Amino acid sequence: MTALDTFREETRAWLQENCPESMRTPMPEREMPWGGRNASYPNPDTKVWMDRMASRGWTAPEWPAEYGGGGLSKEENKVLQQELAAIKARPALTSFGLWMLGPALLEFASEEQKQKYIPEIIKGEIRWCQGYSEPGAGSDLAGLQTKCEDKGDHYLVNGQKVWTSYADKCDMIFCLVRTDTTVKHDGISFLLIDMDNEGVEARPIKLISGSSPFCETFLTDVKVPKENLVGELNKGWTIAKRLLEHERSMISGMGMGAGAASMGGMEAVAKENFGTDGEKIADTSIRQAIADHKMDQQAFGLTLKRASAEAKSGQGMGAASAMFKYYGTEVNKRRFELLLDVLGTQALGWEGEGFDSKELAVTRSWLRSKGNSIEGGTSEVQLNVIAKRVLGLPDA
Amino acid sequence: MALVLTEEQTMLRDMAKDFFTEQVPVTNLRKLRDEEDDLGYDKEVWAQIVELGFAGILIPEEQGGTGFGPMGLGIVMTEAGRTLAATPLYSTAVLGAGLILAAGSEAQKNDLLPKIAGGELLTALALEETNHHNPANVAMTAEKSGDGFKLSGEKKFVIDGHIADKLIVVARTSGAAGDTQGLSMFLVDADAKGVSITRTHMVDSRNAAIISLDGVEVSADDALGGIGAAYPELENVLDLGRACIAAEMLGGAEAVFDTTLEYLKERKQFGVIIGTFQALKHRAAEMFCEVEICRSVVLEALSALDERRNDVPAVTSLAKARVGEAARLITNEGVQMHGGIGMTDAVDMGLYLKRARVQAQMLGNSNFHRARYADLGGY
Repeated sequence: MTALDTFREETRAWLQENCPESMRTPMPEREMPWGGRNASYPNPDTKVWMDRMASRGWTAPEWPAEYGGGGLSKEENKVLQQELAAIKARPALTSFGLWMLGPALLEFASEEQKQKYIPEIIKGEIRWCQGYSEPGAGSDLAGLQTKCEDKGDHYLVNGQKVWTSYADKCDMIFCLVRTDTTVKHDGISFLLIDMDNEGVEARPIKLISGSSPFCETFLTDVKVPKENLVGELNKGWTIAKRLLEHERSMISGMGMGAGAASMGGMEAVAKENFGTDGEKIADTSIRQAIADHKMDQQAFGLTLKRASAEAKSGQGMGAASAMFKYYGTEVNKRRFELLLDVLGTQALGWEGEGFDSKELAVTRSWLRSKGNSIEGGTSEVQLNVIAKRVLGLPDA
Repeated sequence: MALVLTEEQTMLRDMAKDFFTEQVPVTNLRKLRDEEDDLGYDKEVWAQIVELGFAGILIPEEQGGTGFGPMGLGIVMTEAGRTLAATPLYSTAVLGAGLILAAGSEAQKNDLLPKIAGGELLTALALEETNHHNPANVAMTAEKSGDGFKLSGEKKFVIDGHIADKLIVVARTSGAAGDTQGLSMFLVDADAKGVSITRTHMVDSRNAAIISLDGVEVSADDALGGIGAAYPELENVLDLGRACIAAEMLGGAEAVFDTTLEYLKERKQFGVIIGTFQALKHRAAEMFCEVEICRSVVLEALSALDERRNDVPAVTSLAKARVGEAARLITNEGVQMHGGIGMTDAVDMGLYLKRARVQAQMLGNSNFHRARYADLGGY
């Protein structure tokens, strides 16, 4: 038996013993395990599962063991993920700390910072949000103006951030701030700010979907300890770019295949709505549109696979994250538009009677999907990145 | 799943790329066209292709081939597509070798495959009878006559029909047009009595023909595969053909994209390089995404064929439809972004545009393959 086989057996046994039964069922949104100081656990098993996984570092399987990570190899992590999938385990921890900040800290932070922040992320003790965009700095992110002044023993921060995900529920924010107003990209620094500080205020923004996953965050005379600066002063843009790559790959894979999945797939929904001719959906134009869409989805999935295979063999298709962000989000938006065509008026309910919960979820997800090609860099920005970095087309 | 080429396949690709770029550039096709060449292909070039082992790339070594399989064949087709190389690769190395391998008797294989690999035999598949690909729709009749059959009817869009030594004719021994049962394949010598072949001049300057069979007599030994039961093997090899055309189309789309990108970087208007215009940059970036997507689906179809997977029909339909649409977009953009000069015969954009449309129709256009993909998906 290979070492990997042994690892699989042990992992399977451990998961069998430690994953609570209720954590092997589909997860309602209110039971998402975000962690944090003020976390509430409508299902107490969520916390039990999170703590058990964190105790082995398996909320961050490939992070170094010295900071509380799992210290697993890629192969071992693959085994772990397969075993988790086999028992339909819920994620033990969902967190921007895990997906975005952590990898950047491991690469750019000081030893003291790593020792302080990484274990907290792994255990789900601190919930992080991202303070990047500002009212005047969207696609032109480097135009950000939130001012950060050196006051000797501390920094003083003044400004406004927007699109800060769940800021009203978060403990800490990682921010891009302006530390030099005479230059653009080289005047930006990367700063960690505690949301409990005086002068920090988060106000939820209501979206077209009716939900409020994002906030405006106001920073007024906020005092920040100097040790909260990550990397060198004025070198924050490098960290920001790296983080954006993580964000892009996260968003491009988001929600693929979801939406109609709970109804048994778009084909099944179309058969119900349009009737069948033998096995075929009776409406041929809808049938062709669904086939066309499913081809795009399969082709996109294959391209993701090819990119990861090429990365492993040291080839790599370059600026791939921009392509995937662009293509993945556009395909996702088309999927919801098609689903609307398939469901007809049943996909247009807002709330209340006449619509079941799955139909209402489609409506809200359709509206939410519009943001996919805006957040994390618009589709137009991704096309600019491809044109410049991959194709080498000159700037105007 | 082999979405990345092995070292051996990479060497094959580099060899094919060098060969087609240096020995069979687009000027080769122009020469054949402008000189109204009777053959429509270059015998010298074909001899070199045979020498390189490409004609027998699908054929096992014991029968004189190089045995690289569908992936190797697809790699060569992509490189041939990049320079619009007009050769009998598709008719003979893909369909001819493929059908004889899949359906031939031992005697037929031992006789014909070494000849294909050795460049002594060209074949053509006589399948289509209507304006749109529909293999089950064959109406040509094969009537029992003594120990053999008599073939009558008309075939069209027979690729390389007028240069083939042997035709592989799909005819109906029973049933009616539309039935998958009752189809048979026969090997017919091009110069057999009752065969008349008319070369058609297509927009891509490549070879196709209308072939009439008027009571052509064939013996039972000329049947390729079982009588009345040819459809499953035919479909398998048509899938190989579809993947190979998709691979060839990909090569053409890559060439158009590369050339157009170069043009965007050198052409000046309003005193600036036109590649600085965002209206063109975004479209170039979208074409890049399309090319990447096409590479994935072509590799997937070829590896499915290599591995004889169950999803071969679905992924070849995916490749044929998806690359067909991308090639339409990219060749149109190639002409448009070149502007007025793109409309002239002097630049190659038009040649690629014309070829892409013919390729799109070969063995089923995007509509056909979307419908087939849906059928296979059970909806």
